[in-house]
Amino acid sequence: MRRNLPILGVLAVLLVAIAIANPFFLEPEGFLAFVKRAAPLAILAAGQYFVIVSGEFDLSVGSLVTAEVVIAARLIDGDPGATWPVVLLLLAFGALIGLVNGMVTTLLKVPSFIVTLGMLLILSGAVFLWTGGSPRGALSEEFRQFGRGSLGPVPWSVLILVAAVAAVIALMRSDFGRTLLAAGDNPVAARLSGVRVLRVKTTAFVLSGLSAAVCAVLLGGFAGVSAKVGEGLEFQAITAVVLGGVALGGGRGSAVAAIAGAFTLQALFTLLNLYGISGALEFTVQGLILVLAVALGSVQFPRRAKSASTTA
Amino acid sequence: MPHIHRRVLAAAAMASLVALTGCSSDLPADGPGSGASSDAGKGADGKKKTGDQSSFFVQADYEAQLAMRTKQPTGPADKPWEQSIDPQPVDTAKYKKAGPYKLCFSNAATNNPWRQVGWKTMQAEVAAHKEIADFTVLDAEGKDDKQISDIAELTAKGCDALIVSPNTTATLTPAVKGACPKVPVIVFDRGVGTDCPVTFIKPIGGYAFGADGAEFLTQKVKPGGKILALRILPGVDVLETRWSAAKKTFDDSKLDVVGVEFTDGDAAKTKSIVTNYIQRHGKIDGLWLDAGATSVAAVEAFEDAGLPVPPLNGEDQQDFLQKWKDAKLTAIAPTYPTYQWRTAVIAALKILKGESVPKVWNLPQPAITEDKLNDYLKPGMPPLHYALCGCEKMDGYPQKWGGK
Repeated sequence: MRRNLPILGVLAVLLVAIAIANPFFLEPEGFLAFVKRAAPLAILAAGQYFVIVSGEFDLSVGSLVTAEVVIAARLIDGDPGATWPVVLLLLAFGALIGLVNGMVTTLLKVPSFIVTLGMLLILSGAVFLWTGGSPRGALSEEFRQFGRGSLGPVPWSVLILVAAVAAVIALMRSDFGRTLLAAGDNPVAARLSGVRVLRVKTTAFVLSGLSAAVCAVLLGGFAGVSAKVGEGLEFQAITAVVLGGVALGGGRGSAVAAIAGAFTLQALFTLLNLYGISGALEFTVQGLILVLAVALGSVQFPRRAKSASTTA
Repeated sequence: MPHIHRRVLAAAAMASLVALTGCSSDLPADGPGSGASSDAGKGADGKKKTGDQSSFFVQADYEAQLAMRTKQPTGPADKPWEQSIDPQPVDTAKYKKAGPYKLCFSNAATNNPWRQVGWKTMQAEVAAHKEIADFTVLDAEGKDDKQISDIAELTAKGCDALIVSPNTTATLTPAVKGACPKVPVIVFDRGVGTDCPVTFIKPIGGYAFGADGAEFLTQKVKPGGKILALRILPGVDVLETRWSAAKKTFDDSKLDVVGVEFTDGDAAKTKSIVTNYIQRHGKIDGLWLDAGATSVAAVEAFEDAGLPVPPLNGEDQQDFLQKWKDAKLTAIAPTYPTYQWRTAVIAALKILKGESVPKVWNLPQPAITEDKLNDYLKPGMPPLHYALCGCEKMDGYPQKWGGK
């Protein structure tokens, strides 16, 4: 928990600042609306955390989200009966893309930066080819519920986020979490001590692909069919993870802090918006955060031996 | 110890970042037309909050289009695609020849729902004429260079008439000029910078579209009401004219345009932008859009925030008309009718039969108002169908247009 303190502190400051600018934020509805908007990014950041902590990158998640939403619209085409089969198909597709990313990275020894950059281009090109530039079909109202609807006062996306966070914490406390950190920290030592590094890293990519699929279901539900829904999401996710203090290069950082990083980023965007600074500057802010956070992270060289054991 | 030090540093960096970006909101509005400057309202220098007028704006065209909206078109009332406003007939006797005919068509693209509906309608029109023996089509897929070579290729194929829907105005002008001496040319939708085509077919135009929506808001929103204007992207003539007419209307009104934003025509981006404005201003009193494709996403932003949907404009897309009816919106739907795709084929045949056609064929461009909503809402048609296709009585309707 102590490791999460800095990011939680920053998040708290931002939340207070939002509440001062917009008192509606303190009401349950206002706060839930914020969590609902942050949920897709938080889930995507959780997926990205697995990959980054294992020492790799996943740049393909943004265009994977777009591809998933476009596929969903084309396959559902307004038919409510197709909702659940298509949701399952999306999850399977996300996992499959993650599996391909993971296997090419581990078995063929291509740097993940290149593998997933290639996947980003492949997916966005395929989407453009398939749709001719304008997505066809329509999502069913049932599908839209995941991103728009709510159970009583609590939006579905918030419930899905809670479930995802619980699953992530459980995973990081299991053997898998420990071996993942070990593989990211020092792959050679991990392999020598019996960790199946290739399998663990590939699993991390599969989890990232799955998180992109869940994110796509939420975002597609939120706004409907769109060929730009995932644009720039990969950088937001990486920024969130880095902001959470997770070390690029792997081995150190907690999943909860990465998710808190996503909330901090969303809070920062919300605050900028309340002060009338829109759109264009978001990228600048993201860039500043990325560079600053990584620069500050690399200042500290002497590594603690026990760092690999600190988890969520 | 170094750890603690680093954390303090990180927190300090974050804090200064927030302070830094927070400060910049006090700066005066930067450039005209910039979305980011919207919150500054009317600057101290008295500059219009809607920015400078578009470089595409032509006062004479603007006035002509606004006047055309109330003029009575000539031609059969039940077939608006054969009607025209202010026709200046040209003699086509020199093109007269006996059938059957070979028609050719250079299409800019079929990359949006509007063009897809129009393209289906055009194919149905061609199928309805036995005298058309052959219809050769090349799709430029939205690329100027491909369309230039498409036009050259079609010109050499022995077409009796060549229909062109140009991708962009300036770049395609020389290609059309090159084709004119060899074959009668019919241009529709977007224009070209030459009058060598026999006829140019278009609805009234973008100024009329933009003014229809903006004037509706000046009537329905109380003075001082906050207006958000959503545009697809800058620099396209047919969209610039829509915005420039709306800007003129807003500048002459007492409405407060709090933002002009670009959406890329994307639902997700639109919903985020509208949600942000609702958050920032508490409420928005009116919404103007330069095209209807994202209207439903904008409406949803209000619904999800638990707010009443303010007066707004959409277009004749089914999903918007359905939403309008279901949610009982206060709305208007200016149109850019897809039935002009029929007119292009009809014009080509008229020319080949030696019948006169208008030099500029101005088609009527009705705006759908609440009392006419039920006439245009077609149950069973897909969400991206455009109501003004003029295709209801054609063979294969509604299945060929994706309806049930």
